[in-house]
Order: sequence, then C-alpha cells, then structure tokens
Amino acid sequence: MTATDTRPATGDTGDGRDRRRPVRRGPVLLAGLTAGLLLVALIAAGRGQVAVAPAEVLGSVLHRLGLDLGPRPAAPHGESALWLVRFPRVALAAVVGAALGCAGAVMQGVFGNPLAEPGIIGVSAGAAVGAALAIVTGVTVLGGWTVPAAAFAGGLATAWLVYLLARSGGRTEVVTLVLTGVAVNAVAGAAIGLLMFVADESGVQAIAFWNLGSLAQANWSAVSLAAPCLAVGLLATLADARRLDLLALGERSARHLGVDVERLRTRMIVVTALLGAAAVAFTGIISFVGLVVPHLVRMVAGPGHRLLLPASALGGAIVVIVADLAARTLVDYQELPLGVLSAIVGGPAFLWLLRRTRDRAGGWA
Amino acid sequence: MTERVRRRRGPLRLLGRRSAPRVPTATTSGSTRVQVTGVRVERAGRPVLDQVDLAIRAGELHALLGPNGAGKSTLLAAVSGDLPLAAGTVEVDGRPLAEWSAVELAMRRAVLTQSSALSFPFAVVEVVRMGRVPWAGRPEEAHDDAVVAETMRRCDVIRFAARPFPSLSGGEQARAALARVLAQQTGVLLLDEPTAALDLHHQELVMRIARDRADAGDAVVVVLHDLALAGAYADRITLLADGRVRAAGPPDAVLTAPLLSEVYRHDIEVVPHPDTRLPLVVPRRRGPARNVPLTEE
Repeated sequence: MTATDTRPATGDTGDGRDRRRPVRRGPVLLAGLTAGLLLVALIAAGRGQVAVAPAEVLGSVLHRLGLDLGPRPAAPHGESALWLVRFPRVALAAVVGAALGCAGAVMQGVFGNPLAEPGIIGVSAGAAVGAALAIVTGVTVLGGWTVPAAAFAGGLATAWLVYLLARSGGRTEVVTLVLTGVAVNAVAGAAIGLLMFVADESGVQAIAFWNLGSLAQANWSAVSLAAPCLAVGLLATLADARRLDLLALGERSARHLGVDVERLRTRMIVVTALLGAAAVAFTGIISFVGLVVPHLVRMVAGPGHRLLLPASALGGAIVVIVADLAARTLVDYQELPLGVLSAIVGGPAFLWLLRRTRDRAGGWA
Repeated sequence: MTERVRRRRGPLRLLGRRSAPRVPTATTSGSTRVQVTGVRVERAGRPVLDQVDLAIRAGELHALLGPNGAGKSTLLAAVSGDLPLAAGTVEVDGRPLAEWSAVELAMRRAVLTQSSALSFPFAVVEVVRMGRVPWAGRPEEAHDDAVVAETMRRCDVIRFAARPFPSLSGGEQARAALARVLAQQTGVLLLDEPTAALDLHHQELVMRIARDRADAGDAVVVVLHDLALAGAYADRITLLADGRVRAAGPPDAVLTAPLLSEVYRHDIEVVPHPDTRLPLVVPRRRGPARNVPLTEE
C-alpha cells in the first residue's frame, strides 16, 4: 500500500472477509444441490424396464462398497441391470450435465452476456462436427480419446471464431451473439449433413445420434473419459472465479483491477471447449442446459462465480439426470431423444430470457 | 500492451504464473507518479492526441479540461494503458507502463471510466469489494472490510449496499463505481468525469473526496466539464484543445476569459466570487436568455 495510506479504518476487520454472500448462502445451496443430486440419481437408477426400489439401489451400492447394509435388488437381473446399464448412464448424465452447466456459466461470464451458451452460439455443433469428422474418416490415432479429442478441437475452433466475430468494445451485444450463433449453427449443420452424405450406413446412424443427443450408449469407459475432462474444467474455472466476476465490469475496468484479460479469456475459452467436448463427445448436442441452469442459480445465489460455477455444475447434473429419466420412461419401450426433450423445455425458456433481457435493456432495434 | 511484453511462450503462459508483484513503496508529496512525455495517439490514422506532456504529482489534484472531443478521455485511457501509443511514453513510478504487470499497475493506479455498465446484477457492496482484488492474498487484504465500509460511507452509497447495482439511478451508480475505485487504495487516481451524472450536492461531495485524497498525498487526475468546479478544487489545470495541450498551470493562469473564450469558441466571463475570490466561469449572455417579466406580480 502507499505510504500516504492514512485513511481512517473503521471497525474490526474480522474474518468475514470478501466471502460474505457465499458464506451465508453458499454451503446451504451447495449441500442442498448435492443432496438433490444423490436423491435424483438414486431414483433414476431404479427406474426402467427392470424396476428397482431406491432402498435396494442404495443397498446394492453399499454392498459394493463392502458394507453389509440395506436390501439387495430383488428383481431378477436387478444387480446387473444397475451396474452394467443404469449406473453408467446416470453417472454419464451427471458428468455431462455438470459440464454443460459449468460451461454455460463460464461462457456467460466471458462474453459478459447472460444469453451465451455452448448450444446457442454453436460450440456444441462445432464439437459435433469434430466428432463426426473423426467417425467418418475412421481415424483412431488416440484410441478411445480420438472422438473426444476431435470434439474438443471442433468446439475450441468454433468458440474462438464466435468470440472473434461477436465481440466489440469488450462486450457482446445480445443481437450480435445470437445472430452469430445462427450463422455458426447453420454452417455446422451443413457440415454435419455433408458428412452424413458421404458416410456409410453405420456412420449415418452415429452422426444422427449426435444431432439428437442421447445417453443410450452410456458405459463406464465413456464415464471414465468424460469425468477427467469435467474435473480439469471445473478446477480451472474455480481458480479463475474471482477474475470472472471482475469481467462483469467490462474489459477495461477488469484490466485496471489487475486482470490479464487476454490470458483469462483464452484460458476460459479453452476450458469451455473442454467441458463442451466432454459433454458432446458421448451424448451429442444437448442444448439449453448451460443457459437455463446458471440463470436459475443466479436468481437464488447472485452472480458471484465462486458459488455460481459449482452450483451450476450440480444443477446441470440434476437437470440432465431428470431429463434422461423422462426421455427413457415417458413412452414405454421407446426412448425419446434427450436433445429433443431438452430443446422442447429449453427453447421456450430461451425465448422468455430473450424477452426479459430486451425489456431490461429497453429494446434493441 | 502490458501483457504483450511480459507474455511467455508456449502453453505455460496461459497459467499466467509469474513472480511476486512489486508492491508500491513510499512516495513523498510532490514527487512525480505519472510522467507523460510527447504522447501521440491515433485513431484510424488520424491523431487524436499529439505532443502531450503531463506530470501527475503526489499531493496534487490535477484537472483535465477542454471542449468535447479535445482528447481528455483519450489521454486518461492512454495513461491507464488502454490505448497503444503512436509516439511518446507514459511512465508510472519511473518505469514505462509495459514494464509493469496488470496487478502491479492495479496496486498503483485506479481508474474511473465514464461507463459504469455491469453485465450481471452484483450487489453494490460486491461491486465495491471488487476494488480490493489487487490486494488479494496480501497483508492489505486484512483491511478489506474496513476499506469497503469507509469508501461506501464517503461516497454516500451505504444505503444501497445490498441492492443490485443495475437497479440504481445513474448518479447512484456513478458514486458506487467511485467507491470501488477508491477501495483500490492506490496512490494514483484517474477519474473520468466523476461528477457528470451527479446533482450539485454530490458533485461537491465527490470533489471534496478527490481533494482529501490529494491532501493525503495521492496523485489525483479529474476530467471535468464544470470549469468553476476545477477552479475551486484543482491545484493544476491542463487545458486540452484538438488533441494538444493548449495551456497548463495553476487555475489562475489557465482560467482566463480570453483563453477559455478561444478554446470553447464561446464568449466566456471569469469573475471572482465576492467572498471567496474563487473564479466563477460563466458564458456571457446578452440580457435574459428567455423572456422574464420585468415587473413583480
């Protein structure tokens, strides 16, 4: 501090420090969301063609952990249905949802715009192009990581492109952002269509799966590939949470407060692409989760990123588990595409947000 | 600019890790904190600032005056390191801007920009607290609560502390933004039109704060449109016109009727206040500007 610092200091500093709001609401909200996530996971794992009661699901998990507690699944093949089909599916839903929720929150922070989201601005579509390209060309240089890596590259390139196109003067206008997303999604859609045109039948099916979004192909190896991406992305964004707060002041003011803006946004775009790829590579495009979840969290917890990021991750996990449960149980012996379901709910929510944002901004012409 | 010089090669640079920041050391009153020499700034190849010299000294309140488009905000942005210089240098504490990291600059100078837009509805107290970020992880962090409370009290925003920043009126937002800038506790303050959206009472309040900070030894630069306000509070005035320094010196020397009339292209009178002798700057008007009934009712 400067030598001239003789300004009066009032009151005791204590140790409440700068975490006031999160300290009061943070743990409560995070604990509540975690409890909700476990509950939803327990219920979702039990529902399906082989029904298992939540208590039996819990019992099965506890027995696996070596604890002789609770009932084991009574249904025939209950145990194997849980461990081979349901658990990986629920786990992948949680990982994908967390990645989407967190990616949405980060993207909104970086763009300084509450309507940024991987699906809307085309990052998911870009990742899908990367994944489709890897499938059609049959490249497997990175083994099981090939498709995720291609999705990551596609997502990263698209995120950069949108960022460069949509920004001016340190912020992104809503109109510019949405229209850029329209253009990027159109081009990505065309690229996917072209790839389907040249692909063989199994390739066409695999690519169609990307466009609709589904967790039907979930297995443990997908979980083991997606989870590390989520972990790295989540930790990286949490480390920059406070700097993301400062970006809300605009680029100039953030720089005046000591943020190396150029580096921060580069870092965050890489992280968003990583999170987007973790989601898209195994489930295809699931839109609007990254838009709606951070928005709801902000209404409860305020816009501070230290709480917003983990809460959005937990909220996203809950939303995708529930959406997937609905997708596979609403119609007997049929599975609705998850991406379609999320868009049915998310599209109107997006319109509502758009209108609200416009009203608040006094309209845009 | 700043980051370009210190940028690392390879992916490690993304981590942004660097050695511990150089914390500002004691300065004596009257010493030069910011030295601007021969600065030229261009927009679209056209100079918007040219051959500008400016010394910002500790303990001084320095007013930047000039008509619209004279380059006041551009000069402030150049001093802040927001704009590339086509020529000349800006030195903070004896070193060019590019030799400081973003955090090191944030420990030395705080900037109030004209726009105080906020992307997300942070509460006022959270916005003010953002001013403390440069000191995070340092001993000064222990003063965070006290500094935030004190600056909010000084700027008369404590009543709105818990309200979302975007819900405040323009003048209230301006004061909250000023509180954030003051909470940064830097030895150099650059304030771009801090009084623009304020009523008369709050204009005086803000200038009083700036004056007090200068008296406490800080170097304060204020861009102003109200010439009388500058005459009342500033130690030095730099008058800009068409991107160049037209005049610089103490208020008495700069606030003269012929000079102001020429620069503002308007017939201007400067008359001393009958009691305080402070200069009152008024545009000369030929009689009442509107029809005023001459007889009482």
